[in-house]
Amino acid sequence: MAQRGGPSRSAGSLGGLVASREIVIACGSGGVGKTTTAAALAAMAALHHQTKVLVLTVDPARRLADALGLEGLGNEARRVDPAAFSRSGTKPRGDMWAAMLDTKQSWDDLVRRHAPDRTTAERILTNPLYENISGRFVQSHDYIAMERLYELHTSGAFDLIVVDTPPSRNALDFIAAPSRMAEFFSSKLLRLLIAPYKSRLVNVASRPFYQVADRVLGSQFLEDIAEFFILFQTMYPGFVERARAVERLLADRRTTFVVVSTLEPAPAAEAEFFIEVLTSRGYDLGALVLNKVLPDYLLDDDAAALAARLEAKAGVIASTKGLAVSLGTDAHQLERVLCEIASNFSNFSMVASREAGLRRDLERRGSIVASAPELEGDINDVAGLLTLGALTWK
Amino acid sequence: MADLLDRKLIFVTGKGGVGKTTIAASIAWLAAERGKKTLVCDVDDRGDLADLYEAGPLGFAEREVAPRLWAMSMDAEASLKQYLSLQLKLPLITRIGPIARMFDFVASAAPGVKEIVTVGKFCWEVKEDHYDLVVVDAPSSGHVVGQLAAPQGINELVKVGLVRNQTDWMLDILGDPDKTGVVIVATPAEMPVSETEDLMGRLERETNVSLSAVVVNRVLPELFGRGEEEVFARLEDPGARAAVESELGGHLGPLVDAARLMVTMRRSRTVHLERLRNAVSPEVAMLYMPYLFSRGSGLRTTRQVSEALAAELGY
Repeated sequence: MAQRGGPSRSAGSLGGLVASREIVIACGSGGVGKTTTAAALAAMAALHHQTKVLVLTVDPARRLADALGLEGLGNEARRVDPAAFSRSGTKPRGDMWAAMLDTKQSWDDLVRRHAPDRTTAERILTNPLYENISGRFVQSHDYIAMERLYELHTSGAFDLIVVDTPPSRNALDFIAAPSRMAEFFSSKLLRLLIAPYKSRLVNVASRPFYQVADRVLGSQFLEDIAEFFILFQTMYPGFVERARAVERLLADRRTTFVVVSTLEPAPAAEAEFFIEVLTSRGYDLGALVLNKVLPDYLLDDDAAALAARLEAKAGVIASTKGLAVSLGTDAHQLERVLCEIASNFSNFSMVASREAGLRRDLERRGSIVASAPELEGDINDVAGLLTLGALTWK
Repeated sequence: MADLLDRKLIFVTGKGGVGKTTIAASIAWLAAERGKKTLVCDVDDRGDLADLYEAGPLGFAEREVAPRLWAMSMDAEASLKQYLSLQLKLPLITRIGPIARMFDFVASAAPGVKEIVTVGKFCWEVKEDHYDLVVVDAPSSGHVVGQLAAPQGINELVKVGLVRNQTDWMLDILGDPDKTGVVIVATPAEMPVSETEDLMGRLERETNVSLSAVVVNRVLPELFGRGEEEVFARLEDPGARAAVESELGGHLGPLVDAARLMVTMRRSRTVHLERLRNAVSPEVAMLYMPYLFSRGSGLRTTRQVSEALAAELGY
């Protein structure tokens, strides 16, 4: 394993934060290790506290899913085999559970729950539009993640839930999803659309609207849509109320957000944006977790000066009497090796100093900042999660 | 196989965080440099593309940001308006008061409409021959299939109406591998490679668009050549190390650590690179882009990447 990046300098610790909350939501842009970080925090919590922890994940890498026993699970939460902990040489004080988010299944459950009767539920579920809509309708993925979180939290089955958020096209999407969903279902527009199909009395003022819609999409298609929403309307009250409750839960003090990032320009910019959004909405920014951080020694000025000197003097050093031979090579090859060592350090130190700049910008935000280096190899067992978790926990 | 830049329409996609916008920007930059009138379009509207050209914010109206290089940012509503007036020849658009509201409804409620006005815009530019090449900085792998499959989907869902009539010519353009292609960008890491594998399968099954190239981004250099790694290993010997250090006048520790770090990082990526190579069919071009230590941004990066791309394409 590579050496760890800089130590966390903030007052609180990630471990302390996680111990004090019921919901931890990991967010950040794609490719920064969000899923792994969420799973690592859950594993650490289960290791240290006598509590029942659930990691709710969206799209784990296959081997991580296997390690958590998630393959082919659908929506059901399942306990991570305690043997997975003993294989890592640890004995957890609590239980770790894992669940995957199945968007389609969650929508079906939602419809069954909110529909007034079984017949209506079945008619919605079998409507040809439903499948499309449950798949991509108004950030359905983002909404359903938050809805599922609410469901699991209120079930009281878990003391702590760590959530890995879906990859959004925009940082705002999943945070805004519950309120957007509520707005959509209570919107005038939806009523406007459905009106002519409910009664044949078309409001004269809105006629061009329907004419265009008809010409563009065909009236049969519009009628299909209208029928779908008329059915869906029976669920509005429950639905809107639910979306509002989900929204309240996100703002609750029992919930905290952990922004995950690497120190590359684009993810760091996204992390800053996340922090702004969370702050402006009054949500709790609990911590910032920085992954794949380069080791501190790359920032050493003396070492950088030495690398420059080595690059300049490589030829002279390589010709030192007997040196090349003692290394089983000739002066020419030794010079090349020394040059590579020198220029590699210079390259890395340039990246490291850019990282340090981004890190300073992010640290100014004042939350707990924890960082972990790039680990050798991918994480595909509980031991790996605990190794990563331990680097950020204290 | 046709040269990548000889196509008319290229969709660049990949997992979030792999550098897909940079690659899209560089492909367009290179094409324009090589004399092609090129349009490049940002679909996600996050401003990343504009930053790569340092050209100020982009809008729906195409703007020339460099010689022969035109850039725009997709706005589905504006595209629908243009589509209605140009394609469907709907009269008196201005009199249809709540067009924006109608769009909201259509886009939210009718699956595929937002996607089809987006894809439709690109196909339209190709059909009308306004540009030699249209490069799309498309949505990430999770969302791009929905976009590319939209014309087919609409064809199946909407049985009559003007939209239905419009999908045939779009399908012709999208389905012609000499005209249209997808470029998947991946980095040699577990998830980007897995998503590339999945996406290749979905493109094949759910769309009629073919894969033109896979770009492997941020490939780390091989630090030591043949036999050199053994020499490096022997430098661990205290005696040899001391000899070098006394000549140099300083401790090699951090320098050697950094070299070992690079060797390790490259080795752990090689596994994924191999997996990707095995997954991509031999007819599909694989282009390797080096890791940029400058980790810069803006036009300088775009130029650097497009130079590397030119070298990979054999220009």
